Amino acid sequence: ARALTPQTAETDAIRFLVGTQSLRYDNQIHIIDFDDENNIINKNVLLHQVGEIWHISTSPADKGVLATCYNKTSDTKVMTCAAVWRMPKELESGSHESPDDSSSNTQTLELLCHLDNTAHGNMACVMWEPMGDGKKIISLADNNILLWDLQESSAEAVLSSSAALEGKGQLKFTSGRWSPHHNCTQIATANDTTVRGWDTRSMRQIYCIENAHGQLVRDLDFNPNKQYYLASCGDDCKVKFWDTRNVTDPVKTLEEHSHWVWNVRYNHSHDQLILTGSSDSRVILSNMVSISSEPFGHMVDDDELSDQEDQHQEEKIKEPLQDSVIATYEEHEDSVYAVEWSSADPWLFASLSYDGRLVINRVPRALKYHILL
Amino acid sequence: VAAGSAAGSGAAGSPEAAGGSTGGGGWRRPHGPLQRYYGPSGAEAAEAPPDPTDINGPHFDPEVFMNKVRSECPLGQLLAREAALGREIRALDSDMQTLLYENYNKFISATDTIRKMKVDFRHMEAEMDDLAANMAAISASSARVSAALQDRHRRGAQLAGVQALLRKLQALVEVPGRLRRWAGTEPARALRCHARARARVDRYLRALQTFFLGCLGDVRQALAAPRPPGKEGPGLPDLLATLAASVLGQLKAVLAYVQLFTARDVAFASLPYFKGEFCVTAVREGLVVAFVRWLCRTARGFADGPAERGAPAAPPALLLLLARLCLDYENSTISYILTLTDEQFPPQDSGPAVTPGPALCAEARAAAQRLLDHYVQVQGAAVAQMLRKSVETRDWLGTVEPRNVRAVMKRVVEDITAIDIQVGQLFEEGVRRAQSSDSSRRAFSVYSSSRAPGRYAPSYTPSAPMDTHLLSNIQKLFSERIDIFSPVEFNKVSVLTGIIKISLKTLLECVRLRTLGRFGLQQVQVDGHYLQLYLWRFASDERVVQGLLDEVAASAAHRCLDPVPMEHSVVELICERG
Repeated sequence: ARALTPQTAETDAIRFLVGTQSLRYDNQIHIIDFDDENNIINKNVLLHQVGEIWHISTSPADKGVLATCYNKTSDTKVMTCAAVWRMPKELESGSHESPDDSSSNTQTLELLCHLDNTAHGNMACVMWEPMGDGKKIISLADNNILLWDLQESSAEAVLSSSAALEGKGQLKFTSGRWSPHHNCTQIATANDTTVRGWDTRSMRQIYCIENAHGQLVRDLDFNPNKQYYLASCGDDCKVKFWDTRNVTDPVKTLEEHSHWVWNVRYNHSHDQLILTGSSDSRVILSNMVSISSEPFGHMVDDDELSDQEDQHQEEKIKEPLQDSVIATYEEHEDSVYAVEWSSADPWLFASLSYDGRLVINRVPRALKYHILL
Repeated sequence: VAAGSAAGSGAAGSPEAAGGSTGGGGWRRPHGPLQRYYGPSGAEAAEAPPDPTDINGPHFDPEVFMNKVRSECPLGQLLAREAALGREIRALDSDMQTLLYENYNKFISATDTIRKMKVDFRHMEAEMDDLAANMAAISASSARVSAALQDRHRRGAQLAGVQALLRKLQALVEVPGRLRRWAGTEPARALRCHARARARVDRYLRALQTFFLGCLGDVRQALAAPRPPGKEGPGLPDLLATLAASVLGQLKAVLAYVQLFTARDVAFASLPYFKGEFCVTAVREGLVVAFVRWLCRTARGFADGPAERGAPAAPPALLLLLARLCLDYENSTISYILTLTDEQFPPQDSGPAVTPGPALCAEARAAAQRLLDHYVQVQGAAVAQMLRKSVETRDWLGTVEPRNVRAVMKRVVEDITAIDIQVGQLFEEGVRRAQSSDSSRRAFSVYSSSRAPGRYAPSYTPSAPMDTHLLSNIQKLFSERIDIFSPVEFNKVSVLTGIIKISLKTLLECVRLRTLGRFGLQQVQVDGHYLQLYLWRFASDERVVQGLLDEVAASAAHRCLDPVPMEHSVVELICERG
């Protein structure tokens, strides 16, 4: 299994969606509910018979809508297509059925529309407009960026604009990310060793980071709190942080992994927590304080302190924290292909490895209180 | 009438005055009337009331004037007036003529001057042309002269440089004498001299550093030089030996120079302050320790450098060489240098803090480790890139039944053999796990597991990915997890194992990204067997290679639409042929 996403529109319950990848059996999407208080996991299964799932993403506006990129295999050719689906209504919000009858609880997804890519090539991923109304999505197909408008309650997808990457050789996008800043008008894509930024209004390239990594760039993520900061990870086992205003050198480089880093994710609210998953079967949680939006920790205004707390004020003034690796999670036996933060609880994250193991972890409590206070 | 007569007498007075004034004033100011006529007299005219009888006024009316004069003046006066007027007229005429003549003169002289200027400028132009020609000739001859004297000039400059150097050396040699002279009397001056000596020591340090860089440059050139076919390139051990020997020799020479400061006969040298501080701080710390530290840092710089940015990276052989050099330093050379320094410049017990030998050795070892890790990374990436390209560009669905091993696999084996030889030149063999008797054959246990799920499937819920890997998961629980990038030890098998691990892991990841047809799977099977045949002898533990290749095969089976493996005997036949 490779595809993992939190249910982005769901902000109360902790849910993740996992897509399977099998050539022989019917593929499915598993909806994983994590009950925080009781530490129980509930699972619901949806059938996705059209093919093995390579990428999955959920709409930020509608809890029941998601998009997948899947492989359609014929005898001679494999084509990666993308489609938008809707979950059955009763599964949209958290359901707390007992795990015993999970075996008979498979239901089907309702296909809303296909993203027609016959003209463009294999779809690499589908991105929803963050903080949007769930009407716009961008898909990356080979060397094209396609912007779609979903109309009539997502029953139809109309291509509204597109851009193509010119150049010699076979250029192929590997991944992309929609920036939540600048009114959601910027996306960043990775192709080979280059990271490019595009403006979705004009479909033009804004910036280009050449040779971002020694080998292929695998994934990107934007800092949700700081406008111009971008993280990228690649096959040279490094994670690099960039300021898009000055793309000649990375701001910071992390080299904790010993093989390809497949995923890098910022925490949605506290951007000093960075999660990375790699094919050396490790998930590493790092604390990148020096380049986060709060390098000195949480500041307390003097006016808000009462007289009694005045004496504590000296203790509250902290020195800038050092960047460090908080924890290395080695529970996986195989390469970790996806890591995601939960959209409901900012201290929880899930990681998925090739053998289908999903591990849910929490940020260590000491650090959590240190950041909050 | 009274008014007319008053005006008349007034006017009579005025013509008289005017006549007198014009007569007298006219002569006193010859150009007065003309000036007034030509000049801006508008203001004066406006002030004076318009008087038709005023000859010099603008409103002069001859009829009115004549009438007045005839009626008022006696004859004599009239005659006098007439004579005066005539004289005035003549005077004015002559004035005008003079002015005209002068004007004409001026114009004519101006024209003459301009004509003369034209002629003169023509001369000047000719002279300027001559001048330009002469300058060109001069510069040409000066260039010839300087070219002719270039050689001598250079030699002269060289000699001047040598002379300056000799003067400096002389000053340096004199320093101990000077110190001796001032030892008893002026310690402050002695300290200043001492500071200058320190500066010289720094210069020695810099000279050592440039020397080392020069040696490195030589080594790089030797490595990169095109070799004529049939002749082996410079052996790595030889290069290493020359590098180490030359650096050590230079260091010893420098120490001998510095010895001058502490010669027995220099009375100053026996001052405890000088001995302690100079020997320890300047020589030991400032020169020797600083040089060793700098060497380690520079060597490390080759590993940490921005090789990905497209800048020319250090050739892998250089990395290997530097790693061995640092290791040798850690093992023996550092202690040797320190003992030598301590013999020549014995440190005081109560002197300032001294960097212990083990600390330096630790630094050297760290640098060596970093260099070796980087070497493994670089070589591993090179082999991995080959494998990755081969997997990505091949059409795995529509390929035909495999008849032979793919060329890229043979290249991989050749490259790894070459790396093995290269590393073997500098590092010793290392320990290898005893091979089992059937190391060259491999049981395809993984395929039986991939067929097994057919039996298990009905009893499990259709959460597909779990059961196809159930057996391999259980297997993994018992076998050790392979750490892809554990720190490499300083022996050949460890280095090779690291490189092989990186390459095979890459192969695994790439295979997982593709979808294979039946013959694609069989091709992977053949390639895997071929790699197993040839790579096991390079690794420290053949189970590592076997484990990784098993995973490759398992993933390939998982990604295959129609997993029908080839017969084992056929696989062996193809590999032996290839």
